Amino acid sequence: MNIVVCIKQVPDTTEIKINPVTGTLIRDGVPSIMNPDDKGGLELALRLKDRFGAHVTVITMGPPQADDMLREALAMGADRAILLTDRRFAGADTLATSNALAGALRMLDYDLIITGRQAIDGDTAQVGPEMSEHLGLPHISYVAGLEYDGNKTLRIKKETEEGYMLLETEMPILLTVLASAFKPRYMSVHGIVEAYSREVEIWTADKIDVDESKLGLKGSPTKVFKAFAKGLKQAGEVYEVTPEEAVDLIVSKLKEKYIL
Amino acid sequence: MDKTLYKDVYVFAEQREGVIQPVAMELLGKARDLAAALGEKVVAILAGSGIESKAQALIEGGADKVIVVDEPELEEYLTEQYSQAVSQVINAEKPNIVLFGATTIGRDLAPKLAARLCTGLTADCTKLEISEETKDLMMTRPAFGGNLMATIMSPETRPQMSTVRPGVMQKTAPQPGRQGTVERFRPVFDPSKFKVRLLENVKINKGAVDISEAKILVSGGRGVGCKEGFEKLRALADTLDAEVSSSRSMVDAGIMDHDRQVGQTGKTVRPDVYFALGISGAIQHLAGMEESDLIIAVNKDKSAPIFNVADLGIVGDLNKIVPLLTERLKKERTQK
Repeated sequence: MNIVVCIKQVPDTTEIKINPVTGTLIRDGVPSIMNPDDKGGLELALRLKDRFGAHVTVITMGPPQADDMLREALAMGADRAILLTDRRFAGADTLATSNALAGALRMLDYDLIITGRQAIDGDTAQVGPEMSEHLGLPHISYVAGLEYDGNKTLRIKKETEEGYMLLETEMPILLTVLASAFKPRYMSVHGIVEAYSREVEIWTADKIDVDESKLGLKGSPTKVFKAFAKGLKQAGEVYEVTPEEAVDLIVSKLKEKYIL
Repeated sequence: MDKTLYKDVYVFAEQREGVIQPVAMELLGKARDLAAALGEKVVAILAGSGIESKAQALIEGGADKVIVVDEPELEEYLTEQYSQAVSQVINAEKPNIVLFGATTIGRDLAPKLAARLCTGLTADCTKLEISEETKDLMMTRPAFGGNLMATIMSPETRPQMSTVRPGVMQKTAPQPGRQGTVERFRPVFDPSKFKVRLLENVKINKGAVDISEAKILVSGGRGVGCKEGFEKLRALADTLDAEVSSSRSMVDAGIMDHDRQVGQTGKTVRPDVYFALGISGAIQHLAGMEESDLIIAVNKDKSAPIFNVADLGIVGDLNKIVPLLTERLKKERTQK
């Protein structure tokens, strides 16, 4: 079985802070990480490899620094790593990103394509379903569990607001998975040592099967018109008081607003 | 592309088991504003099986026209079946704008459609307005985990599509007896593309509360610490007919269920009162609750960012304050 996992390097948004005076983002020193849902997707692929035997390729579109993340994926157990990097990919929205990745996927053999539900920097959850459509594949999003019969059939648990759907399908298919369902393994010591001597393939736009007009800023129907830090709300009063006084303050506030 | 061929503001009126979802009514409210700014109409797409009778509720909620796609294939939500039905409606009707709820259905269907129709899609918008200058849709959404806001437009392609999370837009009061038209649309399905079969749709949270509908939320974070701590919060909530919610850390720790999580990866809430107890106020959490009318925060750490958005902040130990407050509120109630 051939599995391709699409992963993304993202800033750890939980580490981003806002300068309370200027209201701007403090990006300095924010670490880059493998997007958590994508890492869950890689874990799912590696579990299938452990159990059934599979060749696992990881692919990312990003700047040259994403090499670090691909080596982390190799150290976790991926067999092959591809970095799609080219200025012509720059400025891509979700549709143009999905076009580039689909163009690369057309060059690869796959039975299963796995990616994260969404990336923590954009939170759109769009690239996975969009890729599947370009490739003419079905997709299942919000995947929280998977059973494989060892042949072609998958049983998928898809999370919903009320519970879950149990779905059955055949490969090839694209899945977008939840980090919470597939706790990723650590890199092995042997894997870390090896990962730095292994090849990360660099692919440019010339290497993939897609029309150039569908890439980057040119291929992006959505344009960022403006970006701004969210204005901080005017803070109310803060009191350091005894618990009894605190209760008085809360009760009088609730009365003032006619809650009591 | 000739943009003048594309008209009207469409809402994908999500239903589950024949029940129109609240987010559909919220989107109709917003669609009315957008349609007024454009001088266009509001159209709802109602897709499902045995759902035609629900069309009038959508008209009363703000739709001028309802396009009903009532087919047995649409009994349960499956991506390809719904994608075929809705993409055919869009190709036939040429909407200017299409809005979806950012639910597990809307966030699954909308990107499939965006790729099929080669058009732009903006996720989880918190503000939608029409540009006075170009009449394009201006879609504002949080990025970087809520740290940054971006306003996005799709100037060249139609339809302009976006998803909006439940609870973000305010529904307008339904107008009983409001008049509108109902049209039936018959899609031509290609069943050879139906590759995914539904074995079972399991509702484990059925009957559970929707925290985004609660008037008062008693929300706990890391400072609450454990299940026993949340029992104290539950006791406080009971005195106020409130619901209990939590920050992400308590969900990750397995102490609270995901459906009670407030924030960027949980739910967006705007209750009358939000108690933030032992919640430090990570930006992802604030993104989900800062529109609450009254925010009361209790935290040991006086530099906690939650105090930047709180209307009333108490630096103190919630384990002491919450039981005292619960007793006091019980007394206030019996006096009434």
